[in-house]
Amino acid sequence: MTLSIEEVEHIAELAKLALTDEEKARYREQLSAILDYFNRLQAIDTDDIPPTATVLPLHTVLRDDVPHPGISREELLANTEHKENGMFRVEAILDESP
Amino acid sequence: MIEYEPVIGLEVHAELLTRSKMFCSCAVVDSTEAEPNRYVCPVCTAQPGVLPVINRQAVEYAMMVGLALNCTINEFNQFARKSYFYPDLPKGYQISQYEHPLASNGWLEIEVGDSTRRIGIRRAHLEEDTGKLFHVGDHSLVDLNRAGVPLLEIVSEPDMRSVEEVEAYARKLRAILVYLGVNHGDMSKGVLRFEANISIRPRGSEELNTRTEIKNLNSIRSLVRATRYEIQRQIEVVESGGQVVQQTMGFDEDTGRTQAQRGKEQAHDYRYFPEPDLPPLHISREWVAEIGERLPELPDARRERFIQEFGLSLQDAVVLVADKAVADYYEAALAAGGDPKIVANWVTGELFRLMNTAGLEIGGIRVAPEALVELIALVEAGKINNNTAKEVLEIMFETGRGAEEIVEERGLAQISDSSALEVLVERVIAENPQQVQKYLGGKEGLLGWFVGQVMRETKGQANAQMVNEMFRKRLEALREG
Repeated sequence: MTLSIEEVEHIAELAKLALTDEEKARYREQLSAILDYFNRLQAIDTDDIPPTATVLPLHTVLRDDVPHPGISREELLANTEHKENGMFRVEAILDESP
Repeated sequence: MIEYEPVIGLEVHAELLTRSKMFCSCAVVDSTEAEPNRYVCPVCTAQPGVLPVINRQAVEYAMMVGLALNCTINEFNQFARKSYFYPDLPKGYQISQYEHPLASNGWLEIEVGDSTRRIGIRRAHLEEDTGKLFHVGDHSLVDLNRAGVPLLEIVSEPDMRSVEEVEAYARKLRAILVYLGVNHGDMSKGVLRFEANISIRPRGSEELNTRTEIKNLNSIRSLVRATRYEIQRQIEVVESGGQVVQQTMGFDEDTGRTQAQRGKEQAHDYRYFPEPDLPPLHISREWVAEIGERLPELPDARRERFIQEFGLSLQDAVVLVADKAVADYYEAALAAGGDPKIVANWVTGELFRLMNTAGLEIGGIRVAPEALVELIALVEAGKINNNTAKEVLEIMFETGRGAEEIVEERGLAQISDSSALEVLVERVIAENPQQVQKYLGGKEGLLGWFVGQVMRETKGQANAQMVNEMFRKRLEALREG
């Protein structure tokens, strides 16, 4: 097993998922299997291959700096009940943004 | 007793003055004024199935800043996802640059007192701003107008060694951004934000000790206050036998103190990885050269030109170029016919004094450069004297009216009518025979006293130079007569 339960809990926290003990055990197994597979890939010698972030034959795709209207505020907020004064309403945020 | 020196590096976040956002075509607006959530689209609000596209102008602005800061503009650029969870960040990640920033390895020269120092620039990279949160009672509200506005993060090396250097660096960097036209420098609008990394060490030591990071400093004043406080706090911790703990701190404007931020203790786990939605950005050497040719005159070059072309002192030139709007005002006054040194004196003296008292920037004042030149011309022509001119400027400053009009209306014109002045000179001589005798007896220093009598009589409006000359001639004539 590659992953510890603590690591699964950390990943769950990062993904904002609340997991039961049973789920933690299950995901530990599944995620470990995935990591094991990647460890097999790690064994391949890639020293001469530059890191590849994309396989698309594209680069430097740019647009001109011309503003266009987007969507209306009503459309933006159409799918939520959590709204107030034209804004999304969220739980109190006290600590500062990271 | 050990003497300590601070080791300080700054991170500056500057919003770029593009018309549209970094990765979508929503208009960039003044986020302190616009109605919430009116400038949004599926891309900047993170709707499913959308793709970002890089704003060419933002890249060019970033290149301009990089070149102005003597950086290498890197050919290969890759954007990266910086993941964190916060309600002002709709995607749950910020598109930024990590391993491959746009610019790196530059420097900025600062002046403190009589010395200049080079502060290293580690990197400058492009990213997107977050939305804004408003805290109301037991909940918060999210406005996404600002989400996706282009942001340039400029990271210095930890090269600053005093609060004065920190302030000089911040002011110089701000001036450069404004000169380049990529940021309007108005910190009350949040378009320029600072973070300071601070540690201390015994002076002369080369070690780098544990540092703290002060976040979200929204003005140069706050930056200076927070830095000064934090240096002192660290010294006190060490002096009392403690250890500085690595932490992120906030600055409380009201108490003037830095304090550790609440929230999770765990180090942020940003999980940077290449942004799969954006192909790499290649910046050709031709493109860099083209942008280099388009760079405008920067503060240091303008300062040198003011010294060479206008014969200004270094000190006057430094003060005039520090704010681009002031330098533009000054040059407009010269274009209107003003004498370089006299205009410099008026701008850095009386005008700055009035602006400070009123709390105004030069863009907000009612005295046009041409109007200032008109006032100076009245002094040069002998129509009013220097003290009257200061009074007139004050009225111009308050009312926006012209100098000539004010002088006319209030009867402030200097009396240069020689026949009128002669009458007064004769009267003073006739009424003060004792003083006349003393003068003739060798106390020539009394000449000033005679002039003073006429000035008093005319409430300061007599042309003092003319009166002076008249008394001298008249008294010398008496001596000979």
